[in-house]
Amino acid sequence: MNTWQRFRDSYFFYSFKRDPVAIVSSAVFFFLVAIAFLAPVVAPFDPYDTATIDILDAEIPPSWMEGGEDRFWLGTDIQGRDLLSTMLYGLRTSVIIGLGAVIFQAVVGILVGLTSGYLGGKIDSFLMRVADIQFSIPYLIVAIIASAIFQLAFGVGRFEELAMPLLILIIGMSEWPKYARTVRASVLGERKKEYVEAARVIGLNRRLIMFRHILPNTMTPVLVISTIQVAQAVMSEAALSFLGLGMPITKPSLGSLINAGFEYVFSGSWWITFFPGLLLVTFTLVIILFGDWMRDVLNPKLYKG
Amino acid sequence: MFAFIVRRIIQSIIVMLVISFIGFSVQHNIGDPVRDMVGISVSVAEREAIRDELGLNDPFWVQYGRFVRNALHGDLGTSYFHSKPALDVILSKAPATLELVFGSSVIILVFTFPVGIYSALRPRSWFSRFVMGASTVGVAVPVFLTAIALIYVFGVELNWLPAYGRGETVNVHGWESGLLTMDGIQHLILPSISLSSIMLPLYIRLIRSEMMEVLETDYIKFAWAKGLHRKRIWLVHAFKNTLLPVVTVFGVEIGILFAFTLLTETVFQWQGMGFMFLEAVERSDTALLVAYLVVVGAMFVVINTLVDIVYGFINPMVRVTGAK
Repeated sequence: MNTWQRFRDSYFFYSFKRDPVAIVSSAVFFFLVAIAFLAPVVAPFDPYDTATIDILDAEIPPSWMEGGEDRFWLGTDIQGRDLLSTMLYGLRTSVIIGLGAVIFQAVVGILVGLTSGYLGGKIDSFLMRVADIQFSIPYLIVAIIASAIFQLAFGVGRFEELAMPLLILIIGMSEWPKYARTVRASVLGERKKEYVEAARVIGLNRRLIMFRHILPNTMTPVLVISTIQVAQAVMSEAALSFLGLGMPITKPSLGSLINAGFEYVFSGSWWITFFPGLLLVTFTLVIILFGDWMRDVLNPKLYKG
Repeated sequence: MFAFIVRRIIQSIIVMLVISFIGFSVQHNIGDPVRDMVGISVSVAEREAIRDELGLNDPFWVQYGRFVRNALHGDLGTSYFHSKPALDVILSKAPATLELVFGSSVIILVFTFPVGIYSALRPRSWFSRFVMGASTVGVAVPVFLTAIALIYVFGVELNWLPAYGRGETVNVHGWESGLLTMDGIQHLILPSISLSSIMLPLYIRLIRSEMMEVLETDYIKFAWAKGLHRKRIWLVHAFKNTLLPVVTVFGVEIGILFAFTLLTETVFQWQGMGFMFLEAVERSDTALLVAYLVVVGAMFVVINTLVDIVYGFINPMVRVTGAK
């Protein structure tokens, strides 16, 4: 109760209440995440259950168009799956990969940044060089080449089975330097402060100081970049799947749905690409808007038009 | 300065060794070159003989040394599908990708400066508000959706521009150029627009915020006080000083543009390096994939080293922090 009270009186909550963009975007975000995770309950069909799919139902337009059927509100895709259900399951896949990749890269980046910033010296310059080097190659190239290598190494069949954990690993590995740099920068700011010296004087060990004392104070910038990173990870996943290096069409994410539909756009079946695309854009847009708002509130110094 | 350059070059050599090591491990562990060369009817003993002859039974480090030596001589292996040296295949595809990057850079430079400056000077006008709103949405739209939408509208529905391929190309000293024919340029328009769409929003925002910041500085206030003409203040005094950060960022972002050519080339079936790479993945053409990895790695290392050295000349702070 006390924490809740403190949260309600905080500046964070105060500015949230007064910002319609933040309210709407976070509402849409939580709504989408909720229906994504509840997909097995709310979706009218189960796109993974091959028994209910009939190839004769393929490419039925949305229900309000000519030739549409009431069963399939947004129409069906090329395999005869209900598009709405497939999109919900696809969104769930995208969300899991996005969040998973961000958690992965945050853990790696925070460990590296904390070690690097607190210990300094040779370890610091080595780790930061590695981060610099990886940073200098665009994350998308790293991710694409890594998934291509994994696909060749495992073979397409095995890759498709393991696609979800592999994508989390690939996207996580290609983005960790951003966290490492952010955390290191704020650790350097905290390291010389009195509370850290006090902790050292009373003889706490290094690990305790690093994780219990310094780490909580570096969390604000981590929180700020995390929202943008989720959007970034969702888009990377979509890009990889669109290239055929991500989720297979049997377990589609939004990207692979767009990829499967895009050849059919020109023969008139625009809805297979349009609705997943719209959902993807909406989802990333609300994350970006919410992230922008959070950056402005938590870090007014950074604010630039 | 000399020490800085030397250190930077040593570092890039180490990076290239790491990249080539990754590439070699991929080649070493995936695929069997003997199987690619001979049919099923060849006996095990004969296969062993070929393996010995090719040096595939040598220790890992010996083979890696040979790989690096060959790579330094420009031999990155032979593409299984094209039956040509992998480097030649990549180089024959490079012009298409470079022209695509060039086309979108032109679009970025032509559009972002006027729009960015205008929205910095008139932040309250409806046009600036519209641009800022559109650029927020623009960041969230993936490049392949932009590309599909452009093809659908301009290629299919309106039928104004060609939607696929490079069109007619002219061979200029081995460089297959699409820039010299009307047809080639028409084919370039849609892919360039889609590729530039990832950078337009970021760039407009960057130029706008840099310009707004400069307009607040004392020397601009002084210029107003001096009674200079506003065009002179905006374009000569303010604009010039927004250029440096913008140009620096552009040097870095061109690498990101390159990364996104993979997506653009896939949608438009643009016969460039990215399209070739994805085909190589589909065909399990390991040699070509490894060659691509090494070439792209080398490209980024060279670009980054040059950019850093140029920065070192422009900005002494880089040298000092790099020296510690």
